[in-house]
Amino acid sequence: MEKSDKKIRTPLFHIAKREAMPWYFGVIVRAVAVVAALIVAGVLVAVLTGKNPIQVYATMFDGVFGHSDRIWNMGQKVAILLGISLAVTPAFKMKFWNCGAEGQVIIGGLATICVMVFLGGKIPTPLLLVIMLVASVLAGVIWAVIPAVFKALFNTNETLFTLMMNYVAIHLVAYFLKLVAKDGSGVLSPLPQYGLPVIADKAFLLNILIVAAVTVAIYIYLKSSKQGYEISVVGESENTAKYIGINVKKVIIRTLVVSGAICGLMGLLIVGGTDHTINTAVVGGRGFTAIMVSWLAKFNPLVMVLTSFLIVFLEVGSDQLNTMFGISSSIADILTGIILFFIIGCEFFLRYKIVPNKNRKENA
Amino acid sequence: MAQQIALECRNITKTFGKVYANKNCNLDVRKGEILAILGENGSGKTTLMNMVAGIYFPDEGQIFVDGKEVVIKSPKDAFRYKIGMIHQHFKLVDVFSATENITLGINEGKYKLSEVKRKVVEITQRYGFVIDPDKHIYDMAVSEKQTVEILKVLYRGADILILDEPTAVLTPQETEKLFNVLRRMREDGKSIVIITHKMHEVLSISDRVAILRKGEHVATVNTSETNEAELTELMMGKKVDLNIQRSEPKNCVDRLTVKNVTSVDENGRKVLDNVSFTAKSGEILGIAGIAGSGQRELLESIAGLHHLASGEIVYLDPKTGEEENLRDKTPIQIRDLGVRLSFVPEDRLGMGLVGNMDIIDNMMLRSYQKGKSAFLQRKEPKDLAEHIIKELEVSTPGATTPVRQLSGGNVQKVLVGREIASAPSVLMAAYPVRGLDVNASYTIYNLLNQQKENGVAVIFVGEDLDVLIELCDRILVINSGKVTGLVDGRTAKKDDIGFMMTMSTENDSEEA
Repeated sequence: MEKSDKKIRTPLFHIAKREAMPWYFGVIVRAVAVVAALIVAGVLVAVLTGKNPIQVYATMFDGVFGHSDRIWNMGQKVAILLGISLAVTPAFKMKFWNCGAEGQVIIGGLATICVMVFLGGKIPTPLLLVIMLVASVLAGVIWAVIPAVFKALFNTNETLFTLMMNYVAIHLVAYFLKLVAKDGSGVLSPLPQYGLPVIADKAFLLNILIVAAVTVAIYIYLKSSKQGYEISVVGESENTAKYIGINVKKVIIRTLVVSGAICGLMGLLIVGGTDHTINTAVVGGRGFTAIMVSWLAKFNPLVMVLTSFLIVFLEVGSDQLNTMFGISSSIADILTGIILFFIIGCEFFLRYKIVPNKNRKENA
Repeated sequence: MAQQIALECRNITKTFGKVYANKNCNLDVRKGEILAILGENGSGKTTLMNMVAGIYFPDEGQIFVDGKEVVIKSPKDAFRYKIGMIHQHFKLVDVFSATENITLGINEGKYKLSEVKRKVVEITQRYGFVIDPDKHIYDMAVSEKQTVEILKVLYRGADILILDEPTAVLTPQETEKLFNVLRRMREDGKSIVIITHKMHEVLSISDRVAILRKGEHVATVNTSETNEAELTELMMGKKVDLNIQRSEPKNCVDRLTVKNVTSVDENGRKVLDNVSFTAKSGEILGIAGIAGSGQRELLESIAGLHHLASGEIVYLDPKTGEEENLRDKTPIQIRDLGVRLSFVPEDRLGMGLVGNMDIIDNMMLRSYQKGKSAFLQRKEPKDLAEHIIKELEVSTPGATTPVRQLSGGNVQKVLVGREIASAPSVLMAAYPVRGLDVNASYTIYNLLNQQKENGVAVIFVGEDLDVLIELCDRILVINSGKVTGLVDGRTAKKDDIGFMMTMSTENDSEEA
């Protein structure tokens, strides 16, 4: 072994855990990460497309905030994404990996449209609205509770189960469209007359207000309610939960009722509040994006407002790039990827620090 | 005659954040000796050795092997310098056999299991290990797993072996076997470092003792020239009186009667076999037995966490004099009956507490259900947390620190403090001092004694027979789920208990 005869070399640095940092430190690190991401993404865009990166960002900004319609549109998108993220959060805190938000939302939407199609015009509007609400929430609950019951009783894998439930829900919608769209087009023309009421002439205001209320409610539920506390205990350690006498099965099912109910409500807001019709892509993957929103915010409902805004900003902004510059939407996806990479990557620097080794000089 | 020095640490410093884990530590290990590293929990014993084994990298200082300075960046580097460490928590693949685990991670150019096995058998014979090289890890007892870990290190050709608290999981008999093996290794010229805080072990096995205190190396003394009192003083930095004040039991009445309890695990094996005993108020009932003899199942059965096949658990209410059968009741049902049962489980952070929650929220585990409100009430738990921090001298930055970040002793103080706070009439504690330093251990013993004097029926499951004999009024011995003896703590002999813990019960089980 000649290796030991080589000159002794100490590594340049080592990685050490950080002790508790003041709260603003986290804000600064994350801000730096976002700026760094924008710079890297900007350089990349300039190299690939030849466009001025500042102009690119200005366009994105304009696409999101440029006009009051655009702001409302953005608000609506944030509200729905935030709502779905709030729905999956109690389950995630319990370490129940609910990947079925997509299906739970769409089934809520399906219940809504069924009520609109079959009861619309036949009963008074207030009653119709109540039935729409009950049906959508109930549908979401059923879709979430089925995997929860199996998890509680037979310990089935909830990830696979909830994923499979998505396909069932989406294809139920396809089947429904075949039944109602008699012309064979598979497209159901909107029924705005049976939709949710519009307040203050702003089409999206009701949705935004409802989601704002849900945000506050979930925040309080998780932080200060006994049920929220039980969710945390079950999520952290099932053994501890049993030890103090929490009925784990009950908590799993009850939490998924909450999760499914909010998903169903979001289905109502999408179908009854804005679209007034349904198609198989009405949720459009937001059931999965919500998982990212929830994780990025570390399951804090208030922080989720920011993370869902970030995702929506990137999405809307890149659509704008597409229309203005004809930049392919793949470039926009790359941008999104880079920015998320930086934001998730900066977590490392929040938890660890890099320390240069002091005894290097002595050996050199 | 100065022996050759195999390993030397010079001015090693390591910090975690602002805390010094080691500060200017100097240590030398000679060829062919057993060096004990003694120190309280958190005194930096394991950290120092982890740097030698390549787990951590020192901030400052140098390490010399055979007089040459070396840089150890990884466990692989450590093995190159023939240093191997056996950690407290085993790192084995459950579904592999002993031999497969031993060869795992070694690239010898070829993979020939029979060759590996031959070498393993050779090593076991040389040092007197008893192990079946084809046995799978999941079939093994803890002591066998430890043997595999030691073989792993020897197979890689280590000349310097570091063992981190190897006896924590062993019975007295197994410990003696391990020590014999270590002595043979010493005769073979190997250097052995054993990290421990058990004083009598230090005195029986080591040649020299290095004492660490608060990350600093205090002294290294020859074992033959020292005694327990001196070592304790060096370790603690002050003279301490290490006696358990055992009072005479007063007003003993039957509090909890366990009658013919039998329980079967999922493989149909009896984990509890016709167990009967009575716990009385105002006394400490010790339960002795080798690990996995049914202690956990017994306590969990009483706490309503374990299903019984047959038998009864009867609680006698001290106020009303009524009998309550606790069998097959959930913890909530037991509490609703007015039975004040406290339980300090073996698995502190996995069962008794939630590691990621702060002290206040952990206090709430027992009390959060109180009241009709749907919302939590954090005032009382906060007061309780602050009270416990003050009374039991829990060292923590504050009541809102996650329990996970506390040291083992402080975690246990939080847990025991919470369980005592509910003014129990029965207090069960499973291995409450495991992994705790001397000071913290005596704090816990005193708390248990106070409870006994308050008329609580205390059930104490312990592993250290010396402590059981000093602390308990009566000691119940269990062996493979059966009661094999009930002795008086004041007159019992350690060897007798050890015999009852291990004597064969196979004939009985064949009859059954």
